[in-house]
Amino acid sequence: MGTAAMTHDAPENSDARENRDARENGENVTTPLLEIRGLSVSYRTRGGTVPAVRGVDLDVWPGQVTAVVGESGSGKSTTAHAVTRLLAANGTIDAGTVRFGRHDLAALSEAELRTVRGAQIGLVPQDPTVSLNPVKRIGEQVAEVLRIHGLATRRGAAAEAVAVLDRAGLPDAAVRARQYPHELSGGMRQRALIAIAIAAKPRLIIADEPTSALDVTVQRIILDHLQHLTEESGTAILLVTHDLGVAADRAQRLVVMSQGKVVEAGETRAVLADPQHDYTRRLLASAPSLTTARPRTPVPAAPAPPLVEARNLVKEFRLPRAGGETRTLRAVDDVSLTLRRGQTLALVGESGSGKSTTARLVLRLAEATSGQVLFDGTDVTTAKGAEVRELRRRAQLVYQNPYASLDPRFSIGEVITEPLRAFKVGDRASRLDRARVLLDRVALPAATLERRPAELSGGQRQRVAIARALALSPDLVVCDEPVSALDVSVQAQVLDLLAELQADTGVAYLFISHDLAVVRQIAHQVAVMRAGRIVETGPPEDLFSEPRHEYTRELLAAIPGGRVPAPETTTS
Amino acid sequence: MRRYVIKRLAQAVGVLWAAYTVSFLVLDFLPGDPVSAMAGAGMDSGQTDPAQLAKLRHEYGFDKPVLVQYAEYLGRAVRGDFGDAVSTGRPVTSTLADALPQTLQLTGAALLLAVVLGGGLAVVATYTSRRWLRQLLLSLPPLGVSVPTFWVGLLLVEAFSFKLHWFPAFGNDGLRGLVLPALTLAVPTGAQVAQVLAKSLLTALDQAYVETARAKGADRWRVHLRHALRNASLPALTVVGLLVGQLIAGSVVVETVFSRDGLGRVTAAAVTTQDIPLVQGVVVFGALIFVATNLLVDLVYPLLDPRIVVASDRRAGFA
Repeated sequence: MGTAAMTHDAPENSDARENRDARENGENVTTPLLEIRGLSVSYRTRGGTVPAVRGVDLDVWPGQVTAVVGESGSGKSTTAHAVTRLLAANGTIDAGTVRFGRHDLAALSEAELRTVRGAQIGLVPQDPTVSLNPVKRIGEQVAEVLRIHGLATRRGAAAEAVAVLDRAGLPDAAVRARQYPHELSGGMRQRALIAIAIAAKPRLIIADEPTSALDVTVQRIILDHLQHLTEESGTAILLVTHDLGVAADRAQRLVVMSQGKVVEAGETRAVLADPQHDYTRRLLASAPSLTTARPRTPVPAAPAPPLVEARNLVKEFRLPRAGGETRTLRAVDDVSLTLRRGQTLALVGESGSGKSTTARLVLRLAEATSGQVLFDGTDVTTAKGAEVRELRRRAQLVYQNPYASLDPRFSIGEVITEPLRAFKVGDRASRLDRARVLLDRVALPAATLERRPAELSGGQRQRVAIARALALSPDLVVCDEPVSALDVSVQAQVLDLLAELQADTGVAYLFISHDLAVVRQIAHQVAVMRAGRIVETGPPEDLFSEPRHEYTRELLAAIPGGRVPAPETTTS
Repeated sequence: MRRYVIKRLAQAVGVLWAAYTVSFLVLDFLPGDPVSAMAGAGMDSGQTDPAQLAKLRHEYGFDKPVLVQYAEYLGRAVRGDFGDAVSTGRPVTSTLADALPQTLQLTGAALLLAVVLGGGLAVVATYTSRRWLRQLLLSLPPLGVSVPTFWVGLLLVEAFSFKLHWFPAFGNDGLRGLVLPALTLAVPTGAQVAQVLAKSLLTALDQAYVETARAKGADRWRVHLRHALRNASLPALTVVGLLVGQLIAGSVVVETVFSRDGLGRVTAAAVTTQDIPLVQGVVVFGALIFVATNLLVDLVYPLLDPRIVVASDRRAGFA
């Protein structure tokens, strides 16, 4: 049945229709629960109609996890949302059928569809931080599903909601039910959203990148729990993910999408072991969590002199008063590190571990509570005015989100030359020359100079941000999660570029990341942070093969993709 | 919470003092002489006796240096005594107290109409899936803001009083007399409420939690009213707090157009006769209402949005 999802022949369809009666009387494991045939979806935009999904066929079987994998713009999320017709206002289903049980969901009226949504098909959305109504209590939001479908009375729904939250793996469910979303962590919110999805005991759960916004260790717990729920209740899951590793670990069946089409589908093991389509092979090759060590950075011959030395850095933040006493949060707790010239030091940790704050202390964007920062031998801990300005010239920053870090009203030329203008380097013509050289260096055409950030893709924007950081030929560039907002294939290109620039210019990187797999490829030294402290330091090869600290081991184990055979394409 | 209220009350006192001081300075710099204006108004003959003027000036303290006048007036104002109105000789406080109920009725009714009509328009305009209806409804608020209030008033009087005889054209009698002025005053206010609420409703409907609600099987009314509206109401509430000031100012025009007694008429008269004590009373009183409403609005915020914590110490740390 490996290629069943791809074939689109009439006989199978009519067979499926004839089997309908049998299916109504009980779950039949030999027929799919969800059968998508020839689905096409397009979005109306100012520039005309843009097709997003083009003739997709897809099956989800009862009690199984089917993963749809692809990069942004592949139409995977649109396909998932088209199942219950939860498309954006400008999206329309142009063709195709979505058979679920005895209904074609694509042909149902809105009112009929509402009896399916929530009750028979649950949705776990992408970003738990924005997917709960901020002004309603958690319990109320879970109970609403039961109330809408008449599954419980008002009082009964409240009690049931607590039970469902408990089933979704939320500790202290009774307490959490009375809290508001902002009082819960990201992981807890995602569990609340899972509770909403499973409350009415649906037959199918659509999970759209359910863990992309979460830390790896939390991601693992959430996915384990979802898997446990399917095994327990026989619920099927349609899992949409950009992460091939996640799909490989969790799904029985894999559907690979690219540019609105299904390029390959079949049993996960079969697809990964023997990818048929070119695109699948490329995706496998660039997925960082799946490749074995492939250092992009050559080991330097002689030990370079230190560029940045941090000694016993401490940063405390004052918290809002509670009960009359002042509380402080120690975000950075006695951190010492050394970054050598022309090398890359990676700070790895989960959200809240203090890695970004540490970088801000090094850049003097924040004042350390105590400790010392040496930059190229000079103590800059208490530097003021001109000294800080000189530090700014020699230390630059690349941010995580290239969609937010470029001024949308600037042309790319203005973006790149802004540091030069700020430091009054050269005249207009020489600055533009410099911008052209920099664009060339980050492999963008010179014509990009005149364009606006909005006209560029995410990967191109991050290249522009890197060009801007290099404009003043700095000694240090702090990269704060520089590739985590990018697709895997683009990630690989940007990492290659960073390594290449380091080899050419001798710039040092302080590389902040939550992704150990990325860090492994780029860093000379890795420092693992947790709760403001560095728990382990060392070269990546040692850290990965013989992690000494228990937390490092935990992080390594949480990297998805552990169940995948190493692909043979790594050397290409 | 208590600390917060105390801090806000202290701020309110500061605002009132500033309002008093600024109005005092402005009035002092205005050309013209309140006493001759008063004498001219009081004696129809047009002939004024310089000796009598000087006596009046002395009575009201206008012959003293400005700073002394300021200190004396401020000292009395703190005790709630704004002196006597120059034009009528009645105490300012009781003049205002007499005019207040009429204006409170007017502005209260106008505020209610503005919130109900403006809010309703915003909800319907963002709910309807008929494009033409949405466009039509959303084009009304800018129109409502841009037409002059007195013109709306005259139009309403023309239609509903002179042609249809449904409501009286002027006067203070009862509920029927309140309808047209309140409606006139509500037009620009309601338009602004509608504008802000429609905008924030559209923003709210774009949020991810709306999709979560739809995925639960909620119908559009539930999504609109139970999920989007409450989230969208905060910016609208902020605007309502600010519009109270505009309503008080608007009552000057409306009360004049409809010949109603009230704070607006008192203000208009006080300004034309340069009745300094009365104008000062009106200014401080207006500031008081404004400050009180906005304190109320700030205290209501956390009830609508649990993320807003009312606290005096807003400094929080980021990890």
